[in-house]
Amino acid sequence: MLAWFLLLCVQLMFSWICASELTFELPDNAKQCFYEDIIIGTKCTLEFQVVTGGHYDVDCRLEDPDGMVLYKEMKKQYDSFTFTASRNGTFKFCFSNEFSTFTHKTVYFDFQVGDDPPLFPNENRVTALTQMESACVSIHEALKSVIDYQTHFRLREAQGRSRAEDLNTRVAFWSIGEAFILLVVSISQVLLLRSFFSDKKTTTTRVGS
Amino acid sequence: MEMKAVVSSTGLMLLFAWLSPSQALYFHIGETEKKCFIEEIPDETMVIGRYRTQLWDKQAGSFLPSTPGLGMHVEIKDPDAKIILSRQYGSDGRFTFTSHTPGEHQICLHSNSTKMALFAGGKLRVHLDIQVGEHTNNYPEIAAKDKLTELQLRARQLLDQVEQIQKEQNYQRYREERFRMTSESTNQRVLWWSIAQTFILIITGIWQMRHLKSFFEAKKLV
Repeated sequence: MLAWFLLLCVQLMFSWICASELTFELPDNAKQCFYEDIIIGTKCTLEFQVVTGGHYDVDCRLEDPDGMVLYKEMKKQYDSFTFTASRNGTFKFCFSNEFSTFTHKTVYFDFQVGDDPPLFPNENRVTALTQMESACVSIHEALKSVIDYQTHFRLREAQGRSRAEDLNTRVAFWSIGEAFILLVVSISQVLLLRSFFSDKKTTTTRVGS
Repeated sequence: MEMKAVVSSTGLMLLFAWLSPSQALYFHIGETEKKCFIEEIPDETMVIGRYRTQLWDKQAGSFLPSTPGLGMHVEIKDPDAKIILSRQYGSDGRFTFTSHTPGEHQICLHSNSTKMALFAGGKLRVHLDIQVGEHTNNYPEIAAKDKLTELQLRARQLLDQVEQIQKEQNYQRYREERFRMTSESTNQRVLWWSIAQTFILIITGIWQMRHLKSFFEAKKLV
C-alpha cells in the first residue's frame, strides 16, 4: 500500500501527461511560440482554429528539439496534427500572423500530450477491467469527444456571431454617413450652380445667348 | 504507523499534483509585455490557473529554476469588461475564479519586474496551465474525501462531464439567441435605411428643382 503511494509520487513528479488548450490574440505582424518538454514515444496531438480576424487564417509550424520541421502550413483556418515524439526534448510550435498588415487574429489551440492521467491510484494493475468499468471508460471517451465537438462548434459560432455584430455596426454607421453625404452633396450642387450664375451681372447676356 | 505513512504520502502526492505546472506548456514574455488569454465559458464554471516563472540568467546562459522577488500581476475581466480579479502573485502562483455571467473572460498576465538590471535583454519563461470546468476536479482527492470505490469515482466523473456538457448547451442557446437578435436588428436597420434613403433622395431632388426654378425666375433667365 505504501509502495503504491510512493510509486504514484514518483510517477507524478515525472509524469508527462498534460493537455493545454488556450485562446489568445495574435496581433498583426506578430508571432507567438509555445514550448513543451516531451519524452520519447509519447503520442501528441496539436489542434488549432482561428476564431476571429481577417480571412480567418494563420501560419502554423511545429518543430522537434533538433529544429526539424514536423508540420508546416501557411494560411490555414483549422487543422489537427498527430505525431509521436521521436526523441526527448523541447518541442516548439509557433503561430504567425506576419503576413497580415492590420488584422488581429484570435487563435485557439489544443495541445494534448500523452493520454489522460489515470483516475484512480492503482489503475496500473494487471487484472482486466470489469464490464461495468470498461463501459464507464467508453462512455468517458465518448463524452470527451462530445466536449471536443462542442468546443469547435462554439468557436465556429463565435466566428459567425462576430461577423454579424460587425455587419450590424457597419450598417448603422454607413446609413448615417450616407444620409449626411447625400445632404451635403445636394446642397453644394445647388450652391455651386448658383455661383455660376450670380456673380457677374454683365455676363447675363452671354449666358442668355 | 502504516496509516501515518499513507496519510503523509497522500499529502505528498497531492502536493506534487498541485505543483504540476513544471511539466506544462511554456512561452516567453518580454519585460513589460502583457499576455492575455481568452476563456469563453458558461456561468457558474470554475477556472483554475497555475503558472511558474523562470528568469533568464545572462551569466549562466540558461534559465534559473526560480527567482524570489519576481512577481506576476494577474488581471481577470468578465464579459462586461469588469475586473473580477486583479492581484499580484509571486514567481509561482495559482489563481482561481468562478464565472457569474456566461461569455468571454479575459485572463491577463504581466510581470512587475523589480530586478530591472537583470532584465537587460530580458526574457522571462512562463509555464502556464489553465483548467476549466470539470478538469478542475481533483479525482484522487475526491475519492479520498468521500471514500468512493473505483466504480463510484468513475460514475462521479461521468456525472461531472455530463453536467459540463449541459452547461455548455445552455450557453449555446443563450448565444444563439443573441446572434438571432443581432441579425434581426441588422435586417430592421437595412429595411428602414432603404426607405429613409429613398425618401431623402426624393425630397432633396424636389427641393433642388424648386430652388433652382425660383432662382432662375428671379434672375429672369427662365
